[in-house]
Amino acid sequence: MKVLEIRNMKKSFGDLEVLKGISLSVNEGEVLSIIGPSGSGKSTLLRCATMLDNMDEGDLLYLNEFAAKSINGGNSIYSSKDDLKRIKKTFGLVFQNFNLFPHYNVLKNITEAPILVDGISKKEAEDRAKSLLDKLGLANKSSAFPYQLSGGQQQRVSIARALALQPKLLFFDEPTSALDPELTGEVLKVIKELAKEKMTMVIVTHEMQFAKELSDRIIFIDDGIIQVEGSPKEIFSTDNVRLKDFIGKFANR
Amino acid sequence: MSIYFILTQLGQGFLTTILIFILTLLFSLPLGLVVSFGRMSKIFIIRTISKLYISIMRGTPLMLQLIVVFFAPYYVFGLQMGSSFRFTAVIIAFVLNYAAYFAEIYRGGIESMPIGQYEACKVLGLSKSQTFIRIILPQVFKRVLPPLTNETITLVKDTSLAFVLSVVEMFTTAKQIAASETTMLPLMIAGVFYYIFNLIVALSMERMENRLNYYR
Repeated sequence: MKVLEIRNMKKSFGDLEVLKGISLSVNEGEVLSIIGPSGSGKSTLLRCATMLDNMDEGDLLYLNEFAAKSINGGNSIYSSKDDLKRIKKTFGLVFQNFNLFPHYNVLKNITEAPILVDGISKKEAEDRAKSLLDKLGLANKSSAFPYQLSGGQQQRVSIARALALQPKLLFFDEPTSALDPELTGEVLKVIKELAKEKMTMVIVTHEMQFAKELSDRIIFIDDGIIQVEGSPKEIFSTDNVRLKDFIGKFANR
Repeated sequence: MSIYFILTQLGQGFLTTILIFILTLLFSLPLGLVVSFGRMSKIFIIRTISKLYISIMRGTPLMLQLIVVFFAPYYVFGLQMGSSFRFTAVIIAFVLNYAAYFAEIYRGGIESMPIGQYEACKVLGLSKSQTFIRIILPQVFKRVLPPLTNETITLVKDTSLAFVLSVVEMFTTAKQIAASETTMLPLMIAGVFYYIFNLIVALSMERMENRLNYYR
């Protein structure tokens, strides 16, 4: 079953066409990594997929339901507010900069949305949060405030916050880019755990080795279009000059 | 001319000063938030009116505003207001004036919030009002406390302008005694009153800031 499907997504900022027609789909239980140079459109793709930005043209579907639809190649028409609210529950997003709520402790960061949005009881939300914290190795941090945590811990909290809403699909926007190399590992480990549990994930990343190990499929984006798509094996043994060049830059680091 | 006499006289004026202070804060703090929403509105006409309002309130003397508010019912509606309207006019003018300053302070706080906080709320499915009330406003409050303290202290001293409409607060009382008894003493004592009042204001605001320091 397709959890996410994007058809011919286009997005411009003024005269600058950032996405020039991207189509992709993600099946249940699949891990898709998106790689590409800075300014290639990866982040815009993720922002349009999560509806933080509206795309100009194209279709966006979650679980085969239209969130936005281009009729005869025209501008995308988004579904009604109520429909979108429901559709948005399909996915969660983990930000590069965590974006935790600084005035809430860890537990409240995680329970706020399930209580407010899903309407579950405080008790149930806290039980759910605690078992997530347990799983992510943060059991003793539930009453800490974000500023008291390391970047890696903050990112794990933000993963717990996203998971607490029990999404079908989790997006990651360069989840380790704001972290020191020594803290990157603990976050990647958590994501690997999730992959083992067959969590459906779309990960924008610069961690090539990680993408190689973890992904079922990798998409290389450059210049606003998908240049190469394939299994990690295919990607890392590519003939495509741009992709080769891109991977080479990372191998030399 | 006893100190005791001066103190009881000033004390009565001081009650009026405190009343002006409290009523002004009570109404201008929330009104300022409404005006700041207007100032940030996407609707051109609302934004423009709010901007104009803030511009006039900040650009003209509070003393003049007091007079305008007091005489407006007569000149605009032809209404004769009794002398009890003097105090009401003082409060209305102070509230209108301070709301403009507070609005700009709130706007500064709200616009300084990182966009990531809004985006996190959006992705988590929080509604706009939930986002503002539970996530944005508490953080804004912490950020705007220092400038709010500034304005609040200015307000304490501005209350003396009420004399323009013959509302007898502490400073007016002090001046009257000083004139009739030809002594500076009442004015100096009034100064001490203002200072102590402001010290209390500043210390309570500082306490509030400290209380919000549980996060960064």
